Amino acid sequence: MANPMRIRAAAKEGVTEVRVLMSHVMETGQRKDSSGALIPAHFITELTAKHNDKVVLSAQFGASVSTNPYLAFKFNGGAKGDKVTVSWVDNKGDSRSDEVQVS
Amino acid sequence: MRNALKLVAVAVAAVVVAGTATAQSTADDIAKYREMIADGNPAELYEMQGEELWRTLRGPKKATLEKCDLGMGPGVVKGASARMPRYFKDTGMVQDLESRLLTCMETLQGIDPKLVIDGKFNSGERKTMDALVAYVVTHSKGDAIKVDMSNPKMKELYALGERAFYYRAGPMDFSCATCHGEDDKRIRLQDLPNLTTHKGAAAGWGSWPAYRVSNSQFWTMQHRLNDCFRQQRTAEPIYASEVTIALSVYMAAKANGGEVMTPGLKR
Repeated sequence: MANPMRIRAAAKEGVTEVRVLMSHVMETGQRKDSSGALIPAHFITELTAKHNDKVVLSAQFGASVSTNPYLAFKFNGGAKGDKVTVSWVDNKGDSRSDEVQVS
Repeated sequence: MRNALKLVAVAVAAVVVAGTATAQSTADDIAKYREMIADGNPAELYEMQGEELWRTLRGPKKATLEKCDLGMGPGVVKGASARMPRYFKDTGMVQDLESRLLTCMETLQGIDPKLVIDGKFNSGERKTMDALVAYVVTHSKGDAIKVDMSNPKMKELYALGERAFYYRAGPMDFSCATCHGEDDKRIRLQDLPNLTTHKGAAAGWGSWPAYRVSNSQFWTMQHRLNDCFRQQRTAEPIYASEVTIALSVYMAAKANGGEVMTPGLKR
């Protein structure tokens, strides 16, 4: 099971800003280890963010995204106490979903 | 590695844009870049793990670290790392954060310090140590560096640290002071703080431990110092050995009064 994300969501004047820090190795599949063997690719492929039950952001990630990715985005609406859920799936089928209340 | 390449690209772009860029405006652009990435410091991920590890029953004694005394009383984490290294009566030694955590892991949890001391960076118990350090240092962020130098043992270690700082060794005849003894020195695009001054020591000591963007790793002060010795091309110090703590005392004393900015974010 993957490590938890750190999510912060703050509503201001009708716009909610969400900042997400994900814990993931994001291996490209092109690097070699000390013995010269290829390190298998392991990266997040899809990410979805929901405001309550409504999808507000859906993204495709790839091998060019850095280790421990950071994502910040804004959506219209959202009020204090609302739920924001962020989930991702990686190429090995591993997944993680975390939620936070809008502050 | 690929992150390092990306950074080089950023740096090259900065130089091209500035045309006949002076060293100063290059430094400004790097500062701007730092500001941009400062918001999502992945050290927070280590801190989260550390917070959980702090409360996890571990080791042969199946205990948590919640009674660990970092000098502020059992279990008090807030402000503890801003006051370290410090002299601890129970061990009769001056200890830095890592060596103190080793004491806690041994006495409370029964974990053999050798697992860390003889271990490898970024694996096993040293990785556990990274997370614990990230957790503790985050709780001193914004505090003033406040190292109590009144104990004679602290003064002794300061003198030893100062000697180690100026001691030239290795095939290149380097000392710490070779790179960190003058203002406005740089390695590639990284500004080197002049650790012999209060300002430089506060900038250096105050911003480590840190997450390094170029290799996606969180480095404790022990790791940082170990790499300084490696770059000096001399024998690498034993983890938590006296010389590493002495160098920390030397830097921390010079930095006294400066701001704790840990966990930092480095290239």
